Amino acid sequence: MKLSRRSLMKISAAGVAAGAIGLPANAQAIEELVIAYNVTLPSWDPTVGPSAVNPTIQGLYQSVFDQFILQQPDLKPAPGLLTEWGWNEDRSKVKMTVREGVTWHDGSPFTAEDVAWSLERAANPETGNPINFVWGSLTNFVVEGNTVTADVKQFDPTIFKWMYFLTGYVLPKAYYEKVGAEGFEAAPIGTGPYMVEKFERNAFVRLKANANYWGGKPDFDTVTIKFVPDAAARVAEVESGNSHVTLEMPYEEYDRLKGGPLAGVAAPISDIGMIFLNDIDVMLDPNVRKAAAHAVDKQTIIDRLLSGYGVKIDTLETPEYDAYDPSITVEYSPEKAVELLAASGYSVDNPVKFKIQTTKGFKPKDYEMVQAIVGLWRKVGIEAEIEVYEIAKHYELRAADQLAPAAFYNWGNSVGDPTTSTGFAMFGPSPHSVWDGEDLIGMIGPLWGEADEAKRIAGWKAVDKFIAENALVIPLLQYVQPILHAPGVVVTPHASGALLPHLMKRA
Amino acid sequence: MQLLRVFLLRLVTTAVTLVGVAVIVFFVIRVVPGNPIAMMLPPGATEADVAALTALYGLDKPLPAQFLIWAGGVLQGDFGTSITTRQPVLGLVLGRLPATLELSVMALVMAVVIGGVAALTGTRRRGTRVEGAIDIANGMALSVPDFLWGLVLILLFGVLVPVFHISGRVTPSLELPFTTNFYLFESLIRLRFDLWLDIVSHMLMPALALAVPLAAIIGQLLKQSLKETMHLDYVTLARTKGYGENHVILREALRNAVLPTLTLVGVQFTFLIGGTVIIERLFSYEGLGNMAIDAVINRDLPLIQGIVILFAVIFTGVNLIVDLLYAALNPRLRHA
Repeated sequence: MKLSRRSLMKISAAGVAAGAIGLPANAQAIEELVIAYNVTLPSWDPTVGPSAVNPTIQGLYQSVFDQFILQQPDLKPAPGLLTEWGWNEDRSKVKMTVREGVTWHDGSPFTAEDVAWSLERAANPETGNPINFVWGSLTNFVVEGNTVTADVKQFDPTIFKWMYFLTGYVLPKAYYEKVGAEGFEAAPIGTGPYMVEKFERNAFVRLKANANYWGGKPDFDTVTIKFVPDAAARVAEVESGNSHVTLEMPYEEYDRLKGGPLAGVAAPISDIGMIFLNDIDVMLDPNVRKAAAHAVDKQTIIDRLLSGYGVKIDTLETPEYDAYDPSITVEYSPEKAVELLAASGYSVDNPVKFKIQTTKGFKPKDYEMVQAIVGLWRKVGIEAEIEVYEIAKHYELRAADQLAPAAFYNWGNSVGDPTTSTGFAMFGPSPHSVWDGEDLIGMIGPLWGEADEAKRIAGWKAVDKFIAENALVIPLLQYVQPILHAPGVVVTPHASGALLPHLMKRA
Repeated sequence: MQLLRVFLLRLVTTAVTLVGVAVIVFFVIRVVPGNPIAMMLPPGATEADVAALTALYGLDKPLPAQFLIWAGGVLQGDFGTSITTRQPVLGLVLGRLPATLELSVMALVMAVVIGGVAALTGTRRRGTRVEGAIDIANGMALSVPDFLWGLVLILLFGVLVPVFHISGRVTPSLELPFTTNFYLFESLIRLRFDLWLDIVSHMLMPALALAVPLAAIIGQLLKQSLKETMHLDYVTLARTKGYGENHVILREALRNAVLPTLTLVGVQFTFLIGGTVIIERLFSYEGLGNMAIDAVINRDLPLIQGIVILFAVIFTGVNLIVDLLYAALNPRLRHA
């Protein structure tokens, strides 16, 4: 084909025209913030169904709805819709003071009635709140002015922490009762920093800044959150300038782009990677468990596989958690692992054999990490067979206490309390635990209702020490969340992992 | 008469197929590992809490009883309620269907045009380097799966030369005056060419990614059929009558050569719709495929059932249409 000057001009004109089809320029002056988010939003009610307990969706909810108590980027609580909260002397009642002067997105006033109704509703199993049993520990709500009091049915030292955790959201009583569940789903309102302007399921949500937000109007008037589950497509979104911010991409891509046209922030979040040990078969032998723990070179795995983006941990608590104890360590010592295995009659020539289960691609380099661990184990006399499964199967097996002797998993605990990390992961009767040792159950049991906070935290530290000494689980690392963004945006990361547009500002 | 008999027979087999799909899907997704209750089990839930949650979603009953309840609802147009979205399944899948249909039809049109042009050009220039180049291009197009074409297109026209949109179906900031979810079609009807252009610029890359492998298949088969037809007596007769090569190919040979391609296009169109699952995910396109992946990840059983049955209806419907078209176009069947 001959390329004439005329045809060349035609092609160029077509290119320019195509380029003008509304593609956003790569943020020099950002009018409308566009975020490429890694999950879709199935439902707007933050208290009901599977979405309510999906940690990755919470950032979307927190853009529109406020939680009872505000959680700061370092996971610490702060006054939010509740300005004060606490128990009475004998822990038989709770008292909450509600912020005044707050309005819902439709302009109606937010009241203490909304708080009481939201708590009562959360406790009602018929609404489909999967955590209703937590909220059920409070009853007989009484509203007087801007205070709400309730009777404590069963003392739970973490109840106020749940008020900035899963399903801990305040919803509008009058509006919800007027429009019903379906109407709320179609036009949700909250008291949060952004209001829902347009929502296309599986595609995007467009948010408008709440000018009356009690915490101050957000910097960006309009925010579009596109749901882009594919990591490669998310990277392309920010690289092309179609989006200004994205998260959760391969660390190699993050390193490639952060120093170039894009800026980046990578901070530790509250999610950890760990290996559950089930008290069956060879895992009943403490030497095998301890050898398996000592043979894992966590720092090398983090450096080589995760490009250094991870924090080595030896308990199920990260440095941000309340019961973190830096004195509890499990050293990397292949020599010690060999010795321990030899004591039980195992060696490289006569390895101990078991199965380890893992997901592949559910978390960054999950399968590769397990491959590396199996390689390290092989060197000391452990022959582990890898079984790859879907995360749904993991949940089912774990709930039925049918996990393999070892199973890789990642645990999220954005409130940082030891009950929601060590507690639920290691307490035998919990459906999340596969370790059923009576000694551990005996240690953890009294801590559930411990009213003395200092004693409670000390108790959990002792539990963590016991777990580490007996290798009842193998904690691996605290994840680091990579966020890429245009130079025109300043992103404040939240240690919960939630990407919050109201914490973003113009550079 | 023959056509009517073919139609009625196919209608009966279609109904039986759909019932079979419904039964298989219902039981298979309940047998595979992973259930929605385990997915949303909160920390600290007791056995009683698990039982209450299971009962809330109606999963505590025996499987046959669950099936009868669901099938009874389906017969009355109620496909159940999605566990994750808490919306009626029928509304959800019908709401997404237009997006997938528009994408599939656009991909099909692109495939037919690209494949057809390649076949006609290859036939017209048979024995030359052009035909060789077309064969090589066909081979390349066939050897790369659609989702990889998608990634290549994203890199080329989304990042390197950013002329098309990478994700979504329409620019979020645009006001849409549509009353149906057939955005592409309705924007044309309403003469809103600004919206039409925006929608097309979102659909071009996913549609092209879907179209490329199919275009290669069409191109290969049609060229082969044309080549065989070109040796038939009636084509030789046309040549001896003095008709030019273009006339011979387009007006004489194509009509007969197109029949096997038409059947193939029908079959491949169903595969193309199946391919939308991955492509829609890659391009964050708000269609049925994207929704299907979320439903599977979340073990949203009612939604999975609804989507699979709708896909089955589309597949069987397309096959039915192709069979009827074939019968109508094939003189041996038409005049039987």
